[in-house]
Amino acid sequence: MKSRFIASATLAALVLGSVAGCASGGGGSSSDAPKVITYWASQQSSSIPTDQKLLQPELDKFQKQTGIKVKLEVIDWNHLQDRTLTAATSGVGPDVINIGDTNAATFQATGAFLPFEGADLQAVGGKDKFVPVSYQTGGAPGKPPTSLPLLGYVYGLYYNKKLFADAGLTPPKTWQELVSDAKKLTDPAAGKWGIAIQGGSVPENMHFAFIFGQQNGGDPFDAANKPTFTSNGIVAGVKQYVDLIGEDKVANPTDAQSNSGNQSNSDFANGKAAMLMGQNNVEAALAANGMSADDYGIVPIPAPSPLPKGGKDVGSFVAGINISIFKNTKNKAAALKFVKFMTSKPEQAIIDKPYGALPAIKGGTLNFSSNPEAIKAFTSILKNNSVPLPRVDTFSAFTTNVGSAMNALMAQAATSGSVSTADVKKALQAAQDQMVAGG
Amino acid sequence: MRTPLDNTVAATPPSAFGATKQRTATVRRRWTKERATPYLLILPATLLILLVQIGPMIAGIVISLFKLTRLYIANWANAPFAGLDNYRVALDFSTPIGQKLVQSFLTTLLYTIIVVGVCWLIGTSAAIVLQRSFRGQNMLRTFFLLPYALPAYASIITWSFMLQRDNGVVNNVLVNGLHLFNDPPFWLLGNNSFVSMAVIAIWHRWPFAFLMILAGMQSIPEDVYQASAIDGASVWQQIRYITLGMLRPVNFVLLLMMFLWSFNDFNTPFVLFGPTAPPQSNLLSIHIYDNSFLNWNFGLGSAMSVLLLIFLALVSGALLLWNRRSQRA
Repeated sequence: MKSRFIASATLAALVLGSVAGCASGGGGSSSDAPKVITYWASQQSSSIPTDQKLLQPELDKFQKQTGIKVKLEVIDWNHLQDRTLTAATSGVGPDVINIGDTNAATFQATGAFLPFEGADLQAVGGKDKFVPVSYQTGGAPGKPPTSLPLLGYVYGLYYNKKLFADAGLTPPKTWQELVSDAKKLTDPAAGKWGIAIQGGSVPENMHFAFIFGQQNGGDPFDAANKPTFTSNGIVAGVKQYVDLIGEDKVANPTDAQSNSGNQSNSDFANGKAAMLMGQNNVEAALAANGMSADDYGIVPIPAPSPLPKGGKDVGSFVAGINISIFKNTKNKAAALKFVKFMTSKPEQAIIDKPYGALPAIKGGTLNFSSNPEAIKAFTSILKNNSVPLPRVDTFSAFTTNVGSAMNALMAQAATSGSVSTADVKKALQAAQDQMVAGG
Repeated sequence: MRTPLDNTVAATPPSAFGATKQRTATVRRRWTKERATPYLLILPATLLILLVQIGPMIAGIVISLFKLTRLYIANWANAPFAGLDNYRVALDFSTPIGQKLVQSFLTTLLYTIIVVGVCWLIGTSAAIVLQRSFRGQNMLRTFFLLPYALPAYASIITWSFMLQRDNGVVNNVLVNGLHLFNDPPFWLLGNNSFVSMAVIAIWHRWPFAFLMILAGMQSIPEDVYQASAIDGASVWQQIRYITLGMLRPVNFVLLLMMFLWSFNDFNTPFVLFGPTAPPQSNLLSIHIYDNSFLNWNFGLGSAMSVLLLIFLALVSGALLLWNRRSQRA
């Protein structure tokens, strides 16, 4: 009869309550820096052991330089938010943690993370060492950031050169061209589709709601940071994406179920899908699936032409992984040293390579790809086709509610064949009301 | 060792309460040292159990009275008192939050009725078949119990692989083998997701019903069947009046337990669909998780948990009362 949730949630709260009593006394003292800190890294490669193998040599190097041992735990994306939340609630967690930059402002609002300002900011090397647009992702505007950019990503459109050449097509420059090309490359009977997507992934769906919303002149939040999910631009943007399965039928309906990159990456690498919208680190996954860098090209994700009213020709937002320090760390000095180390020029050059990341610091080596074409395409997209995400503390609610609403729309498109503008609007209205009422 | 109660009772002058003399005597008899000792002995254990069982419930109720959102999770001691606001939001059926809660409640109710009903039916049938001894009885019994013995997580993950649209075993059999569908159906999206979830829950839980009923049947004496056979009772009559009649207490406990388990089911939808279940399969526990952990609104999530708790307590209480009455009758 006892709800398991009350039981677990509140028991946790009770336990954590008693623990927080001890933890809150800590604060950051720097005089006698302890020799061990804990680091929660987000999973950035195809498996957790791979990440451990990639990071461990760097942590060893850090220990050799400073005498500080870093205890590493790599956490996959499905659990990172829960774990971060629990750590923030309890005050018991790692010293240093990776977060997705979409969550930066939300996490900042919890007050659980160390603001980088004054001496603390100087200790990690100062504001000026970072790429300005990346540095901005660290938190809400006008407040000292609680996270610093670590790995930079942007979206691009990958296309299969051979499939395009065989069909006599050139890479699309407008969204209409993308759809018509995709239609020509789709043959459901042969298991061939124009494009592969992750229709069941909440964060991925949210990313495209934002990107396509921007193309159609929509912003998820107004100037007063109030949600405007049902503005015409966002509705049109969401429909544009859902229609890949719905009206246009150029993506495999099964993709509505796909909630990780594994399926879409492998479908693209194996020629089952001719196009793929992915971030720059997808290159590593394609290589792992046996696709050579010569076999695909990369162009910006195109926008509708002519651009709808207020629309912007964007194909990406400035995505990335940021690094944060928990406010109640007992090892602040050591944690700051570690953040400085991870965002230093030599380390950035090393970790950008396996993680396929754009450098977060000024003048960083462009090391994320050995493919000159990819380097050229992604640096141009970052410079010319990318916008920052809204830095609103309720942004994670946009992710959760709009992302889940899109999961359901994708499911509807896959099972019933079409989704109307009214359907999209209704789903987004429900997502928005849920957010407003829930506060 | 004298309890405080002993003292008060002893201190009451018997003459002052002439009419209640009898009752006072009973109270005194009830609280002699000998009678109190066992209670005192289990007192520490009882207190501990209460701490573990009731403590979290109280904490949940307390949390539900606060506006514990993402802004306060790091220093939740400062969360503002919300009174019954969280309940008002949860129960305001003109907003999506209230509507979703009702929809989730109805989905959960339907799921519970189907799962408990079918589990009981299959469990009872299998137990009746295995009641009489025959060759291979033990093997069959072990075989039946297998799904229950498997760890829930592992079996549900396996089901989710089998139910994949393009490369799952189920569609392979239905589409490529039997040619029942031209277009492979989705089993984890839309209305089918509810069916899949119910089937998996039934598959996993019916052996428990089977085990309980089989155990209950051991206590029915064989001569009752023989006597009824001599009186000319058919097999159906035997099952209806003897087997089911005498299993009544077992069935009551069994159905109550399975009702509570199914109504609170979290594992099946969570492992099958991940944190965001399709709307058609959005069980209450997932819904509450969603509000607490995905939307970071622990106050609202707790309020919903408390409502669930009240509902389950009411239903269980009503069932227990009904059972006691009908047993007396």
